[in-house]
Amino acid sequence: MTDVQIVGAGIHPFGRTDGRSGLDQGVFAIREALADAGLDWEDMEFAYGGSSAAGAADAVLPRLGLTGIPFINVNNGCATGGSALLSGYSAIKSGEFELGIVVGFDKHPRGAFNADPEASGLPRWYGETGMMLTTQFFANKITRYMALHGITSETLGRVAEKAFENGTRTPHAWRRSPVDLETIMNAQMVSDPLTKYMFCSPAEGGTALILASEKKARELGLSGPKVRGAAIRTRPLGSFEVFAPSLEIERGKSAVELASAAAWAMAGVGPEDVDVAQLQDTESGAEIMHMAENGFCKDGEQEAMIANGDTRIGGRLPVNTDGGCLACGEPIGASGLRQIYENTQQLRDRADGRQVEGARIGYSQVYGAPGLSGCVVLER
Amino acid sequence: MSAAGETTMGRPVADNLFRMEGDEVRLLAGRKRADGRLRFPYPHGADAEDYDLVELATEGKLWSYTVQRFRPKTPFNGDGDDRNFKPYGVGYVELPGQLIVESRLVADDLTSLTIGEPMRLTTEAYRTDDTGEPVITYAFTPIREGATA
Repeated sequence: MTDVQIVGAGIHPFGRTDGRSGLDQGVFAIREALADAGLDWEDMEFAYGGSSAAGAADAVLPRLGLTGIPFINVNNGCATGGSALLSGYSAIKSGEFELGIVVGFDKHPRGAFNADPEASGLPRWYGETGMMLTTQFFANKITRYMALHGITSETLGRVAEKAFENGTRTPHAWRRSPVDLETIMNAQMVSDPLTKYMFCSPAEGGTALILASEKKARELGLSGPKVRGAAIRTRPLGSFEVFAPSLEIERGKSAVELASAAAWAMAGVGPEDVDVAQLQDTESGAEIMHMAENGFCKDGEQEAMIANGDTRIGGRLPVNTDGGCLACGEPIGASGLRQIYENTQQLRDRADGRQVEGARIGYSQVYGAPGLSGCVVLER
Repeated sequence: MSAAGETTMGRPVADNLFRMEGDEVRLLAGRKRADGRLRFPYPHGADAEDYDLVELATEGKLWSYTVQRFRPKTPFNGDGDDRNFKPYGVGYVELPGQLIVESRLVADDLTSLTIGEPMRLTTEAYRTDDTGEPVITYAFTPIREGATA
């Protein structure tokens, strides 16, 4: 079985780019990735791409070249990028293809996402009465978690403070100015206990990664991180996930726990081996809970870890080194691939100003509605 | 908002969601015939064929909660606009031996809610329709000594 390597990476800065469509930003990211690898669009044997609100991803084809390659549109909520990566990985791992590209882009209107109940198999009243908001799910989940595991509001604030600090060091981040803890804590409450600085916003952006078999990479004289593990899992019975009008009293594992366990098993490494991690931080609490769900600590240990600065750049386990969703915003189609882009840069020593020295293993985890998670383990 | 124990006049937001009779309100769930597992809300359409309609307990304990501080986008259709939007509670209530159900929460002070406190089912007129008739949904409210919710 061949190893799969990431031999090229491109990104269109996240945030708001007026006058440039989501598709434009996807094309931009693809051209950057091709230039990064020194390859042409004509070299690509396949493509997987996703966009949630900016049209069909294969609309990039006329812009880049109608070469006849298989292009599969991927749509998997916030895990769209992770799904595209997993698809590309499998295409090469199977031996069917040797070189291809995965892309994600998006452009959302301002403000919180509005969900369509019927599209998720839920009754209309659930949306009409104001209960179908992802923000409410995250707030409910962290409220209970804080009560059970002794996490304080200040720790929520510190996660956001770190995100904006890392954003100042990241060219592709949207929020590039620091925000102090006091401002974060005293800002307008959005969904208790989370203030507006503790939530990410829907945004715009594009990311593309070029994948190659180990053999092909060698032939082309290219290098890059190896994909050691990649897994996606959906919500099991007894989990607490977004858009859930009722839950089983007997609690079970989450989609994140299942996906991370599968990724660790595939990679043959564990959380203790990770040098840099990108964890879904739709809001501050998600980063905290995902630290435990991915196996980086026990429930409740985050309080001391974050106070100690363990998750800052230079700490024991730097988390969301590019500012994560909090500083980059969340263009659904591009967000999961941004995490992998950031790890790729870290593992190639190209994360200027935010480099985790000597990083060898990078981990990323994306989470999305209606309860799915995708995890990827990269090795230098 | 109604006083605890009293239901609000108006029409229900949906069929087979809850049953109102006089001052009594009951949430409706489905019990799957094959395995006895409960599901809320009662499934609709072809999915309902495998389920019997059952009533859920009217009292339970607060499992988690938040306060919705901004006016949601559509399909939310509650009264008012962004300027006069009134924050409302949304949380989960554990009904012993049955399910943990998501619900709007009504309380004098939404920030005073605590996980584990006893809650009771009530109703809430969350909007007024074009004809002026209140539209009713279900909600949970804290059971507090001597207090009306």
